[in-house]
Formats: sequence, C-alpha cells, structure tokens
Amino acid sequence: MIPLSHYLILAAMLFGISVAGIIINRKNVIVLLMSLELMLLAVNMNFVAFSHYLEDTVGQVFVFFILTVAAAEAAIGLAILVVLFRNRGTINVADLDAMRG
Amino acid sequence: MPVEQIVFWTFSIVMVASALRVITARNPVHSVLFLVLTFFTAAALWLLLEAEFLAVVLVVVYVGAVMVLFLFVVMMLDINLAPLREGFVRYLPVGVLVGVVMFVEMALVVGSRYFGPERYAAPERAAQGYSNTSELGRTLYTDYLYQFEIAAIILLVAIIAAIALTMRKRPETTRYQDPGGQVRATKAERLRIVSMKSEQQ
Repeated sequence: MIPLSHYLILAAMLFGISVAGIIINRKNVIVLLMSLELMLLAVNMNFVAFSHYLEDTVGQVFVFFILTVAAAEAAIGLAILVVLFRNRGTINVADLDAMRG
Repeated sequence: MPVEQIVFWTFSIVMVASALRVITARNPVHSVLFLVLTFFTAAALWLLLEAEFLAVVLVVVYVGAVMVLFLFVVMMLDINLAPLREGFVRYLPVGVLVGVVMFVEMALVVGSRYFGPERYAAPERAAQGYSNTSELGRTLYTDYLYQFEIAAIILLVAIIAAIALTMRKRPETTRYQDPGGQVRATKAERLRIVSMKSEQQ
C-alpha cells in the first residue's frame, strides 16, 4: 500500500524540476512552455491523489478543467510562437525586446 | 514486494528521469518526446489511483493532441539551436538551487508527518461494478454544469484566438473563386442576345 505522502512528494519533485527548467532554459520559449505543462501535471497529480485518498470525485473534476485550460494555453502559446517566428525569425527570448521591458 | 509498490516505484523513477531529460535535452524534439514519456507514466500512476477516465484522457487528448501539436510546431520552425543554449551552464546552479529548495520546502509540508499512512489510510479498492467514468460524469453534469460550459467557451475562445493569430491575409493579386458571386450571377449579366439580319450568302 502506498501512502498519500509518496504521491505528494513525487508531485513536489516534478514541480521543482519544472521550476529549475524555467530558470535554466530561459532563452528557449518552447522549453519554457513544456516546463509549464510539467508544472500543471504536478498540480494535477496532487488533485488526483487527494481525490483518491479522500474518496471524492470532485478532485478529478478539477483536473478535467485544468486539462482544458492547459490545452487552451498550449494552443495559444504555440500560435504566438509561430507568429513570433514568422515575424522575427527567432524564438530567442533575449531578442524579443520590442517593448523595451 | 507487492505489485502495487513495484508499479509505483518503476513509474515514479521513469517519470522523474524523463522530466529531468525534458529540461536538459539539447534538442527540443527530444524534449517533447521525453515530455510524452512523462505524461504517459503519469497516466499509469493515475490508473493506480483509480482515476481511469482521466488517465485515458491524458493519453488520448494530451499525448495524442497537445503533445503532437508541440512536436509539429518544434519541427516546423527551423530553429538555430546554438544561441538558445547559451546561458545554460551559467544559470544551471541557480536553477538547481531554486528547484531543490522549493522541493525541500514542499516535501517538509507534504511529507509523511502530515500525510502519512496513519493520517490518510488508503481507501478500499472499488467494487467490481464501479465505474469511475459514470461517477465523474454524474458530478460533472450536475454540480459542475456551469463550469463545464465555461470550459467549453474557453476552448472556443482558444480556437478563435489561435486562428486569428496565425491567419495571414492573402495578397491582393491572389485569384480565387467567389462562390457567392457565381450563384448570384444572372442570365442578363452573362448573355447578350443581339438581333441582326441574316447575312446573304
């Protein structure tokens, strides 16, 4: 039998990996988007684990909505990426300084 | 070692290893493929947690659609990899430090002291006729109906936004059919009947 804390620690590990991924790949927008997907997966993992151990399906309903929003986010993010590449010829975050931020 | 433990540890190790490869792979295509592996093993762990419907949705919708979209975009864009890698070694210590600190902090909170087996006992396995899908559907279509419809609208907005962003206007010189104009055309516009005397031979 696997205790709940194992799943939670696994999700925390996944979240830590994705935070590290955002910091070390800060030039590459594609890997940044992938790290975001990993983060959402870690959150979903927590929801599913709690849903199982508390015997309540509402946690799974929330995962359903998170998956919906994550899919929409990935689609729009990739569309922005394609437009960016078409207009600027690069996806390097360092070159995207049109707004002088 | 019971089967459950073997499944859990195998898939956990594969999951963490592939997640590490996602953020360290040199080639973005490899990153996407390792991300697919991560999602796939996550789906297996969700099966272990008796969330069968979501596990199948994760594989079919996420791996099958969203990840393929990623792969498609990565392969479509002709990316020069060298400048994207610069700063990788420079930011590696900071990234590892932040990641490890966040993990340790979260592990202190969610560790076995507060969420161990004596606090949260594993529930009984579901009975044989139990269907996770119908249970989830019942909750989703009754208590969460409005939220479900909002989710549908979010997807619609995402479709429209993605199309609006990537649509290119055709140049003026492009020739194309105008079906409406073709249907509206009348005989009077196209055909002119001229009455004239017959010619002598």
